Amino acid sequence: MMRFNLKIWRQQNPKDKGHFETYTVDEVTPDMSFLEMLDKLNEALIIEGKSPVAFDHDCREGICGQCGVMINGRAHGPLNQTSTCQLHMRSFIDGQEITIEPFRARAFPVKKDLKVDRSAFDQIIAKGGYISVNTGQAPEANHTLIPSEQVEEAFDAASCIGCGACVASCKNASAALFTAAKISHLHKLPQGQPEGPFRVKQLVKAMDDLGFGACSNTGACEVECPQGISISHIALMNRLYFKT
Amino acid sequence: MNSLLSITLTEMNTASFSIDANYHLDAKVPPGPLEQKWQHFKSNSRLVSPANRKKYHIIVVGTGLAGASAAASLAEQGYNVSTFCFQDSPRRAHSVAAQGGVNAMKNYQNDGDSVFRMFYDTLKGGDFRAREANVYRLAECSAHLIDQAVAQGVPFAREYSGYLANRSFGGVQVSRTFYARGQTGQQLLLGAYQAMMRQVGLGKIKSYSRHEMLDLVVEDGMAKGIIARNLDTGELGRYAAHAVVLATGGFGKIYYLSTLAMGCNGTAIWRAHKRGALTACPSWTQIHPTCLPQSGSHQSKLTLMSESLRNDGRIWVPKRKNESRAPIDIPEEERDYYLERRYPAFGNLAPRDISSRAAKERIDAGYGVGKMKNAVYLDFKDAIHAQGKETIRKKYGNLFDMYHKITAVDAYQSPMLISPAAHFSMGGLWVDYELGTNIPGLFAIGEANFSDHGANRLGANSLLQACVDGYYILPYTLPHYLAALSGEPVPSSRSEAFGIAEHEVNNSLQQLLTIQGTRTVDDFHRELGKILYDKCGLIRSENGLKEAIKEIDELMGEFYQNLKIPGRHDEMNDELEKAGRVADYLEIGKEMCIDALSRNESCGAHFREEHQTPEGEALRNDKEFQYTSCWKYDKQKPMLVKEPLQFEVVTPTERNYK
Repeated sequence: MMRFNLKIWRQQNPKDKGHFETYTVDEVTPDMSFLEMLDKLNEALIIEGKSPVAFDHDCREGICGQCGVMINGRAHGPLNQTSTCQLHMRSFIDGQEITIEPFRARAFPVKKDLKVDRSAFDQIIAKGGYISVNTGQAPEANHTLIPSEQVEEAFDAASCIGCGACVASCKNASAALFTAAKISHLHKLPQGQPEGPFRVKQLVKAMDDLGFGACSNTGACEVECPQGISISHIALMNRLYFKT
Repeated sequence: MNSLLSITLTEMNTASFSIDANYHLDAKVPPGPLEQKWQHFKSNSRLVSPANRKKYHIIVVGTGLAGASAAASLAEQGYNVSTFCFQDSPRRAHSVAAQGGVNAMKNYQNDGDSVFRMFYDTLKGGDFRAREANVYRLAECSAHLIDQAVAQGVPFAREYSGYLANRSFGGVQVSRTFYARGQTGQQLLLGAYQAMMRQVGLGKIKSYSRHEMLDLVVEDGMAKGIIARNLDTGELGRYAAHAVVLATGGFGKIYYLSTLAMGCNGTAIWRAHKRGALTACPSWTQIHPTCLPQSGSHQSKLTLMSESLRNDGRIWVPKRKNESRAPIDIPEEERDYYLERRYPAFGNLAPRDISSRAAKERIDAGYGVGKMKNAVYLDFKDAIHAQGKETIRKKYGNLFDMYHKITAVDAYQSPMLISPAAHFSMGGLWVDYELGTNIPGLFAIGEANFSDHGANRLGANSLLQACVDGYYILPYTLPHYLAALSGEPVPSSRSEAFGIAEHEVNNSLQQLLTIQGTRTVDDFHRELGKILYDKCGLIRSENGLKEAIKEIDELMGEFYQNLKIPGRHDEMNDELEKAGRVADYLEIGKEMCIDALSRNESCGAHFREEHQTPEGEALRNDKEFQYTSCWKYDKQKPMLVKEPLQFEVVTPTERNYK
């Protein structure tokens, strides 16, 4: 059994200034997930008549992208390519203090405690993060042959889960990795190329308009991305952007 | 024998449900030969002219594959659509988590596939408890889905030549599954989400994230809109439309421990049920054979390991009870590859219901492995030996990584521990051929309905059904409904029906908050889950189900006296959200048990202990139970309405995978 001291960001609502509070949880087992440890804390807080810690989560298998907090200063915690929900307490040392904060960025206002508003990502996609094909228009799938390696490269970019760790890790709160991943996913496929110039112009503008910062190539986003998406996609986005 | 049976049935009727023999259910199956029915519908359906479409408003609740594809397709045609999801983005709906693949009849492998074979596999997989016409249409519409997804940019796996690749899934003997690594659901959902967001950008869809539907508004017998709660502010809103589409997925999370996302729930369909929509076969739940076993009481979910692993992994348990050696130390001759032994024709790719029961049989008999003796091995040793580690890594790398993250075990070295877990609801809202419920204007698509899978769904048919419903069926059947409204204006949300519905939702939220007892929502949910796993899970019996009904009644009583929720209703309140869902789960759980009790036969995933063959397989009783059990809501005593299943083309046989 392990015991932890938690220092957690508490903020009643978007207008509240917010503050840290400390809690102790014990009887934690190494195979408990990080979020199950928070569940345990919350059940205890509720029984004590206190307000539980609000945090985002849903699938708890690393694919929906809804979870995500800063753990001791790192987005999604100490392991590489692991989302918060896939982190287990065996990755921490018994007795350790763990600081838990929301993903912070101007474009991601805090809603409550550890929950932030990431709807800006949806707005970026709505500006052109798609291939314009109506239901029914598609030709026979095997008409366009796409070499396996090319599809795999597109897939590497398409695997983004939209969690926002890249933004939270960036000192400029830039959405460049998220945006570039979508541009790159669609650009690397032949069916995505006709709209390429339109897409890159639209998406880069949207990202600027929504209050995300500029990319200064520190590479922090790549380190924290739970899907291991490479910053080479940002380079591709920049090349395509300058071409327009 | 027969008279005995009818006495038992009568006894059960008076105890827990009644039968309405006069209720007329019209399945609206088009006339003509099976292969021409869908053509017949499309050729004869009513249309709305392009200029008039913008006058119609449609609400779509849920933005998974079914909801997002339906919303996008309808908006592309020119209708005004509003979408609702409880997640903070439509892209997070639980379709995202589907791993292994999507079936489609392309016959790219030249291995004997055809629309008829796909139809037959699906119908047989469901143990002949689905409507022939619906299942045929699913197979018929499957091919174009692959074309559409590829055009959207879905990166399906390909051969080096650039052609699309396939693999095999359970319950079939052809390779018709298309896949995108172990993230097929994510990639298909992103395709649908992007198509939907394109329409958001064009102003044809208004998307409400973090909004949960809490009631259906029915006026003059027709669906006119919904009441939804803004989960960030607690505010209730009235939303009116010409038609409401429920695409809210399955309710397997009722078992608490399941492969579903934490927020998956049955609230939308249950509230619609309370307003008059019939459910169908609510107890038919797929318990998936390959999930991570429970490791302790803290656990919040059981992660799925894709069925695709059974293409190369071999399932076994030790031949000796209470085996304590490490799996790699157990020699070949002391291993029992029980699926290969019992089902030589399909082996490790036996269908899910059969594989799960076979695992439970071994575990219950004392051959289980792992810390809690609740698992079996899924072993890649032979596949790695034959194909090399790199090939296996390429096929399943992300699944092996996921397994490692959760268990800290390297499955390239040592076999995976797997165990059955609740996964998919075959049951749901009853729908006719047009995907309409019995309430005009209310439609149900994807996992939220009961339509194509019968008593057991085949792997990789779930993504398919969600997509086919959303892209190809609803965009024909919903306009057919709208056209008959002949230009009626959008209903008013100021009507009395909207007022009453909002008032009732408000009251039920307040009621939950005023209890102020001593137990948390999760605590109640865990207890309900345990009752259902034990008595309405893989194996059911008359006595067990009767006990479960009693236990759920008691639990429900305690819930309303001893629940503790902090906070208020007019703010973000996660516990209040969960409480509303668990309140519904308690009622759904009871109806599931009644449904399972009323069906005095075994079929597919519904395995009644009393009805099995000498080899322990499900024993159907076509003479008495060849019907869909539809239920009219009543908190105490739901009413059974039967939709007879008529087989015009196939003859139901004993399902044999040996």
